[in-house]
Amino acid sequence: MGRYLLRRFVFLLVSLALASVVLFVLLRLLPGDPANALTSVGASPEQIAAARHSIGSDRPLPEQFTHWLGQLASGDLGTSFVSSLPVGPEVAARLNVTVPLTLAAFVLAVVIAVPVGFVAAYKRHTWYGALLSGISQLGIAVPVFWLGMILVAVFALNAGWLPSGGFPLDGWSAPADAVRSLVLPVVTIALVMSASLIRYVRSAALDVLGSDYLRTARALGASFPRAMWRHGLRNASVPVISVLGIELASTLLGAVVVESVYALPGLGSLLATGIAQHDYPVIQGVLFVSTLAVLGIGFAADLAQRIIDPRLRGRLSGGAR
Amino acid sequence: MRLSTSTLYVTATTAGLALVLTACGGGSGAKSTSAGTWDKNATVNVGSLYEPQNLDNTAGGGQGVTEALNGNVYEGLFRLTDDGKVDKLLAQDYQASADGLTYTFTLRSGVKFHSGKELTSADVKYSLEKVLADDSQSARKSNLEVVKDIATPDAHTVKVTLSQKSISFVYNLSYVWIINSEAKELKTSEDGTGPYTLAKWTRGSALSLNRFAGYWGDAAANKQVVFHYYKDATALNNALLTNAVDVVTSEQSPDALAQFKSNQSYKVNDGNSTTKLLLAFNDKAKPFTDVKVRQAVSAAIDDQKLLESVWGGYGKLIGSMVPPTDPWYEDLTKVNAYDVTKAKKLLAEAGYAKGFSFTLDTPNYDPHPTAATFIKSQLAKVGITVKINTITPDEWYTKVYKNHDFTATLQEHVNDRDLVWYGNPDFYWGYDNKQVTQWVAQAEEATTTAQQTELLKKVNRQTAEDAASDWLYLYPQIVVANSKLSGYPLNGLNSQFYAYDIKKQG
Repeated sequence: MGRYLLRRFVFLLVSLALASVVLFVLLRLLPGDPANALTSVGASPEQIAAARHSIGSDRPLPEQFTHWLGQLASGDLGTSFVSSLPVGPEVAARLNVTVPLTLAAFVLAVVIAVPVGFVAAYKRHTWYGALLSGISQLGIAVPVFWLGMILVAVFALNAGWLPSGGFPLDGWSAPADAVRSLVLPVVTIALVMSASLIRYVRSAALDVLGSDYLRTARALGASFPRAMWRHGLRNASVPVISVLGIELASTLLGAVVVESVYALPGLGSLLATGIAQHDYPVIQGVLFVSTLAVLGIGFAADLAQRIIDPRLRGRLSGGAR
Repeated sequence: MRLSTSTLYVTATTAGLALVLTACGGGSGAKSTSAGTWDKNATVNVGSLYEPQNLDNTAGGGQGVTEALNGNVYEGLFRLTDDGKVDKLLAQDYQASADGLTYTFTLRSGVKFHSGKELTSADVKYSLEKVLADDSQSARKSNLEVVKDIATPDAHTVKVTLSQKSISFVYNLSYVWIINSEAKELKTSEDGTGPYTLAKWTRGSALSLNRFAGYWGDAAANKQVVFHYYKDATALNNALLTNAVDVVTSEQSPDALAQFKSNQSYKVNDGNSTTKLLLAFNDKAKPFTDVKVRQAVSAAIDDQKLLESVWGGYGKLIGSMVPPTDPWYEDLTKVNAYDVTKAKKLLAEAGYAKGFSFTLDTPNYDPHPTAATFIKSQLAKVGITVKINTITPDEWYTKVYKNHDFTATLQEHVNDRDLVWYGNPDFYWGYDNKQVTQWVAQAEEATTTAQQTELLKKVNRQTAEDAASDWLYLYPQIVVANSKLSGYPLNGLNSQFYAYDIKKQG
């Protein structure tokens, strides 16, 4: 296990390095000059050159890249071109909203999807099994912003139980308000996420239900719940965990639509603003942190699978031995 | 993107270029009327789509920082009122020399910064120099470059020498925030003299202001103002419907107005804006070098119908670059008015009886694509084929604004008093009329505002007759507020939003 961890960690570092090169280079292939946003409309070529110099975009790309890496190494995400404020604290502040939002939605989605998916599989020949399966199918097709609008209309505009959007000025220092403002966004993401999760849980459960080992366990006298608990759940969770990892990672940034509908100051909305303004340090900062998170989640998912399924131990993901 | 004449800024909400073409300013309007009993210690929640980038208006703070801090936290020597007049504020008095080159300002005494320091002439000098500095991104920098020297003979006197006469100098000073010369970290904190202090700014979410107990003038009519920032107009409207905000500074979603109009709990105010939607020809590119072609295109487009399709019953038609709030306004909607027969006749005279085809560079965000499609169908009736080329704000800036590489384009011009750009032959639209250039220069060096107004009226008429551009319509400025609120600004001239007179019923 120790060797595995080490190799997996090296793999993570290499991925991160590759990802940072890709995101740095791709960003600079985009049309447009950030210096435009920093100068007056009637700016002279000298003024524009001065603006480029001040943000360092006049230097050769490799130099800019190593400069950025140097900053990263010392834990500094750089300074925004547009606001001239440091990116690090800004990203940290946004994580205060995005991380609780994503995690809560994730947990809720799992809580909904696992039982529903199992029931949909086990009772697939009954009318309600088919109904659950149908609803989840429909749920996948629902656009997030539409669901958000409906929930706002029902629970905020009509019932008045929850705020329609926004985050308290005092943030988490006003915990009750902060939680209230996250309820609808969490439900929105969780419902959409659980729709596709139900499909995966259902199909994983179907595999298990038709498996030889379950039949053997039953034949040896185990009750269905016991057989399911000891053998079924464990086996079914392996494929579901890899999907969970992907879902969690995509929600981290995919929350941008939800953040916009609910006016939340999250990571996604910071990224959207950064892109609109050609604010490279902000875009790089957000993407770097999220890449780190995605790789971390992937690592955690791998690890969880190995703990659950001993057959995977001794193998490095990706097929290497 | 919105074009304003000095600074190009990108707003937080749209991927917009704001081209602020500033000249000298004014506008007219009124405040919403006062209500009965009100709560002196109320918190007023303001909903806005324009979050500041940072809190320094010389470092690219954007229109959001003007909205939240101008007049509320920071004050200038002069104030531009909501109806477009220039009032003395931190300047107790001032005198201009006979040659119009020296201005002597006497500062109001007993004014304290939020940090407690007393205002002196050194702060004024510092603040003006900050706007003029090399790295300044102030929208008024180019207008104020006539400043040659700033002297401070004593603690309450500032003497400014200009390199040439500038009748708009005092107006332009209303955009210069007076900042404590010792203040630090102005991008995230403040030290002004206004009726509010900055309490907290949670980036991406909200900014709050608290009433300043040591204010030199009348105390604010409310205790706290919180600006809540939204990226999505629907989310903002929902916030108003659920009372999370009391007022929306500038309604940008005409479809949503019906729900507020029919509801007694809200008031929809139709104020005066200075934002014009232009079909800007490149007057140096064929066939728009020919005045008859420009007139024909202007006459072939039914502006009224366009305005109705975009804004419903709101907004106004204008026949020139000048909105009704500028002092040199004249109703010129009759010049090159909608007349298809006349358009066809003009085209024939210009040698284009069978029409022609041109490319319209169209910014990729509302209302430009809608307007472009509408123009295309209108011009088809007179045989002109329009090819719509959709471009990003960045492309617009480089291709159209800097390189003048276009035939015609669409753009919104935000500022008041921006007619004077027709006096600059190097401006992107390439309008070059020596007489107009001369009038504009003379107007700026005029001794009285009457002379200035007279000259600019001539410019106004001439550019309209020449169809220098086609001015499609003037945007509405719609403030929607809870009926419990009164005293809020209606015109929001150049994005200002004075909050200190807002009264909220208890």
